[in-house]
Amino acid sequence: MRDNLKQKRDWILLGIILLIAILLLSIFPDRKGPVINTLWDYFIEMMLILPAVMIILGLFAVWVSKETVVKYLGKTSGLKGIILAIILGALPTGPLYIAFPIAVTLLKKGAKISNIIVFLSAWACIKIPQEMVELQFLGPQFMLLRLSLTIIFVIIMAVFIEKMIEWSENRVATMAS
Amino acid sequence: MNITAVTINGIAVTGLLIAFSKDKDKAIKSLKIAGKSFVGMLPMVFVIIIIIGLLLGFVSATQISRFVGEQSGMVGILLVGMVGAVLHIPALLSFPLAASLLEKGASVSAIAAFITTLTMIGTITLPLEIKELGRKMALLRNGISFVIAILIALIMEAIL
Repeated sequence: MRDNLKQKRDWILLGIILLIAILLLSIFPDRKGPVINTLWDYFIEMMLILPAVMIILGLFAVWVSKETVVKYLGKTSGLKGIILAIILGALPTGPLYIAFPIAVTLLKKGAKISNIIVFLSAWACIKIPQEMVELQFLGPQFMLLRLSLTIIFVIIMAVFIEKMIEWSENRVATMAS
Repeated sequence: MNITAVTINGIAVTGLLIAFSKDKDKAIKSLKIAGKSFVGMLPMVFVIIIIIGLLLGFVSATQISRFVGEQSGMVGILLVGMVGAVLHIPALLSFPLAASLLEKGASVSAIAAFITTLTMIGTITLPLEIKELGRKMALLRNGISFVIAILIALIMEAIL
């Protein structure tokens, strides 16, 4: 239902953009050549990888269930937990809003806050298919550097948020007693 | 076809072969999911490609670099970071867009900031994140993510 609505909206957006493009190109016919060349180049480049990326996505969606993620992430902690959180978050298993309920389940099961933050952030921005497309379009140097910086900073952020939340909870606890 | 595309397709084909040998029903199910997400993404793919085409055909390199190039400096990075945080386009499609901007003189820092905030921060999913994980955790994660994105952008600019 929600997907249908989004689909419709996307097609309408495409229609509007297409109309603008046709209008612009009929006013400036000399730009037609370069614009269509660029369109074609990017289209080919997308089509070379997008179907494959989608297949990898589909395979993971079916083979790695939410239960698997919860099972592995609920118990581990420390460095091992953080690494596992990155790997499980990076698996191509769906959009971010699917990760929230998983995170809640994990919290209830007593997983560390830092692990949850790492997991959510990895889910949002270290997805394997994303990295593949980034590699294709922006090159190995850009992709690898951004990936390693992201991992480092996400871990720092996760530990920081955990300390902040623990600190504020302790303060509430001492004020109550 | 470049090495990256060959590798990705190789992985997909190998994965499919293994999947079919293990469990045919599950393999077909994943193919169906793949097909559905591919078709679902198509209109946005065309939208982004047309935007790239118009961008490269009509906007000059000097104009692009004035807004997201070296001249735009810190203000440019912050601005692009904010645009990335608010925009809601599939991350997969932000990379060709980023590549086209880089080609036209955008700075590495602006591009890195854009991609990082776009993927890390979800303004549209924020209400849901607050509801599920609580205000404190959601706001901290998204807020600090913005700072991180800017830091990553600046470090990348310095290194690349």
